[in-house]
Amino acid sequence: MTHHLVVRVVAKLLIPFIMLFGLYVQFHGDFGPGGGFQAGVIFASAFILYALVFGVEVARRVAPDWFVRTGIALGALLFGGTGVASMVLGGNYLDYSVLEADPVAGQHLGILLVELGVGITVASVMIAIFFAFAGRSR
Amino acid sequence: MPGAGPEDRAIEQLINGLLLAFMAAAVFMVVRLRSLFAVVMLGGIYSLLAAALFVVLDAVDVAFTEAAVGAGISTVLALGALSLTTSREKEPAHTPLLPLVVVALTGATLIYGSLDMPSFGDPEAPIQQHVAPRYLEEGQQRTGVPNIVTAVLASYRGFDTLGEVMVIFTAGIGVLLALGSARPAAKPRKRGRGKGGEAGE
Repeated sequence: MTHHLVVRVVAKLLIPFIMLFGLYVQFHGDFGPGGGFQAGVIFASAFILYALVFGVEVARRVAPDWFVRTGIALGALLFGGTGVASMVLGGNYLDYSVLEADPVAGQHLGILLVELGVGITVASVMIAIFFAFAGRSR
Repeated sequence: MPGAGPEDRAIEQLINGLLLAFMAAAVFMVVRLRSLFAVVMLGGIYSLLAAALFVVLDAVDVAFTEAAVGAGISTVLALGALSLTTSREKEPAHTPLLPLVVVALTGATLIYGSLDMPSFGDPEAPIQQHVAPRYLEEGQQRTGVPNIVTAVLASYRGFDTLGEVMVIFTAGIGVLLALGSARPAAKPRKRGRGKGGEAGE
């Protein structure tokens, strides 16, 4: 699709807004519909759109394999690590109330962290799966 | 919907019926069509219709996920899979009579089983009496998060969500193990196992 001028220009215009919307869904999930799962998928779709229009190899230079694979593990570790941190601070596993002095603030912080972990893992896995499929020639 | 009058409910039922009719039509076409590209696109349409249905049911979070994952990513991944294989389904080698009987019997059993369940949206149903009232009443004070779906998902049911993330993590690792080692065609291996070495399995 490298010579479709309109598609290239429109995709270039859209991608920043898709990413911004992904971040909005990620961090506004406490107040409105959304959360890590949806945000991760939206964020990954920006990369997938880029790969569809400009080619998988170009997209792989933007998001190299080591970066995507680190993201897959990092998100899961962030989720699990939040649980371990609450254990270290004297609570139960994934009991966020102990993360801060005020239990409600701790809950809010814990929810923010685990949703971020969900988002990072989902986005990375989606990008990795797409690259794995699209990078294979028949 | 809170405070919905009888006309509102009639319109809601009309919309639900229309959406379900479109979904049934999409499924019928998926079964009939042999062109897999059309089947993938119909799958996306089905997911989008399901998302609209969830919006009518006031489950916006679920609708959001369904639209993003079902209509978006699944369609792209299925198209990616199609680019690795043929785009036409083979004619079935046997008559569809036995599968049809099995599906009809299973469906009839499931519908029979649903007759004993509480009616749709019944506030007296056991699932509405268990922990849901507690989540709704004290969720916001305890977590400080106005969206109760996020509070339940990330805090009350944190273990379940951790499990879901691990499922996605495992799926990603599995796909990377099965497909991820494929190098682009521009960089062939030096020690020759020939062309079929990687793509032949």
